[in-house]
Amino acid sequence: MLLTTLRITLCLLLMFAPLARAQLVIEITQGVDDPTPIAVVPFAWAGAEAPPEDLAQVVQEDFERSGQFAPVPRADMLGFPTTEAEIFYRDWRAIQSEYVLIGQVSAQGGQLAVRYELYDVLRQARIAEGDLSMPVGEARMLAHRVSDAVYEKLTGIPGAFATRLIYVSVTRNPAGKDYFRLTLADSDGARPIVLLESREPIMSPSWSPDGTQVAYVSFETGRPAIFRQVLATGEREQLTNYRGLNSSPAWSPDGNTLAMVLSKDGSPDIYLMDLATRRLTRVTRHYAIDTEPSWMPDGGSFLFTSDRGGRPQIYSYDLRSGLTERVTFEGVYNARARVAQDGRNVVLVHQRDGQFQIAIHDLVTDRLQVLTNTELDESPSIAPNGSMVLYATKFGDRGILSAVSVDGGIKFRLPARSGDVREPAWSPYVNY
Amino acid sequence: MKHISVAGKALTLLFAVAFLAACSGNTKEDEAAAAEAAKQAQMEQEAAQEAARQAELQAQEEAAAAQRALEKAAMSAGTVFYFDFDSSTLKPTAQAALDAHIALLKTNDRSVRLEGHTDERGTRDYNMALGERRANAVRDYMVVNGIASYRIETVSYGEEQPEAYGSGESNWSKNRRVELK
Repeated sequence: MLLTTLRITLCLLLMFAPLARAQLVIEITQGVDDPTPIAVVPFAWAGAEAPPEDLAQVVQEDFERSGQFAPVPRADMLGFPTTEAEIFYRDWRAIQSEYVLIGQVSAQGGQLAVRYELYDVLRQARIAEGDLSMPVGEARMLAHRVSDAVYEKLTGIPGAFATRLIYVSVTRNPAGKDYFRLTLADSDGARPIVLLESREPIMSPSWSPDGTQVAYVSFETGRPAIFRQVLATGEREQLTNYRGLNSSPAWSPDGNTLAMVLSKDGSPDIYLMDLATRRLTRVTRHYAIDTEPSWMPDGGSFLFTSDRGGRPQIYSYDLRSGLTERVTFEGVYNARARVAQDGRNVVLVHQRDGQFQIAIHDLVTDRLQVLTNTELDESPSIAPNGSMVLYATKFGDRGILSAVSVDGGIKFRLPARSGDVREPAWSPYVNY
Repeated sequence: MKHISVAGKALTLLFAVAFLAACSGNTKEDEAAAAEAAKQAQMEQEAAQEAARQAELQAQEEAAAAQRALEKAAMSAGTVFYFDFDSSTLKPTAQAALDAHIALLKTNDRSVRLEGHTDERGTRDYNMALGERRANAVRDYMVVNGIASYRIETVSYGEEQPEAYGSGESNWSKNRRVELK
């Protein structure tokens, strides 16, 4: 049974007060049965002024959100060691903490440096240590990188805390047009930055593989058009303006090609745009709906949704052979696939008993496993380490983001304080 | 037809006056009679012209009334056409409503925009395609019934602009629609 309900609400730091309304709040609804206790001790700070961020607090929240760990509350700690000499193992055994993480933070010339050390309480030994640094403004990201390193040491899987999300949020306006925003935030929902605001719909954000750009669909011209935008500068460019659909942009793994859906030649088909030359190649030709392309990690083929068999199912198209093959057969509706970095796990929207849920399809065994049990789940996006799936669902009458682990064992919600949140896109790993 | 017959009578009278004048020589009585007859003919001609003008006005009014009736029919037919779940088949009620718009569009050279929408079920990009399919179904019906395709623009909004927020069939049925603008 994995039904331990942790139900911890973490109000994330209100660093950007004017944007607080758009901020996400994380609520863990299901964790593993026997989460590993870990003590994240407040890090030492060697600086004259107040530290820019409580890094240990950020790390602790990361571990809580993972669902696999049970961080020890600070109030239960019998001491706050910051060096190996200050660690008394009996204190940590007394509160049944299996691991202790300590650290020291210092600032120099606009850079923030952290040294972290991880101790195994039972073996009374240091099992990991490291030095990391980032610009002072990226203090939270620096903490997430500590989390990534410690998480990998303890689980064998690289962490995906030092990543970011893009999502669409909507403020309803029953008297007129809704208000759409494209928002960039850290993977924990903190530090939201609005990339684009519009009275017309914004849809389908897609990351460039290097994490520096995003492609999306905007109706700001009164018709759908695909744009791309550089995150660092805000510089944007309209890529398409065809009659009919301009939707579902998907960046190829090498970053040179954008797959997209156009209906300019009749029915919706998948096209590839060479981003350097703007040359367009039509790759699917069918009178049915072909949409929602998702690249395989090797860039040699992609998955897409088609109703050519009567109902939407997932198909694959091989660019080398030009062959199309049906992938999903279970159920009457499987759509919007996203492929994990392993090229094996595919997350998709699966309809069961009239409900739309997130499922994972194994391309090797052809097995499909439903991960969620709510009614209107959509837009799954898989973490770059392949461990968690972020998706959009409804909670009450509102659109919220939720996450589930690929084995279905861990679940948490990220509801916005106001408005509807939808279409999350988890970033690739980015080198800062 | 009425004004033609009146004009015919006036013409007959004119001939009669001319005949009388020719037969009776240049007596004063004759001249007076001829003048009287000419006056009479002129009056009758004016009456005929007036009648013709009235008839033309009436015809114009009738045409305007017919146009108003078309506009009224199109207005009461509504500009939103609803669909069943995952369907882009026009319902008979939608066809009847569209017939009213088509009849009106045949009397002018307006361009129209058809916006296709879906309910929230299913994925967003698939719904974009479904919304386009619905808008195209309406467009095709209009084209088959004589409206030139260059006058029709179609745009799909998928599930992005619901008419009714919230879930459940009562809301969903309001959102599966094509709007004529």
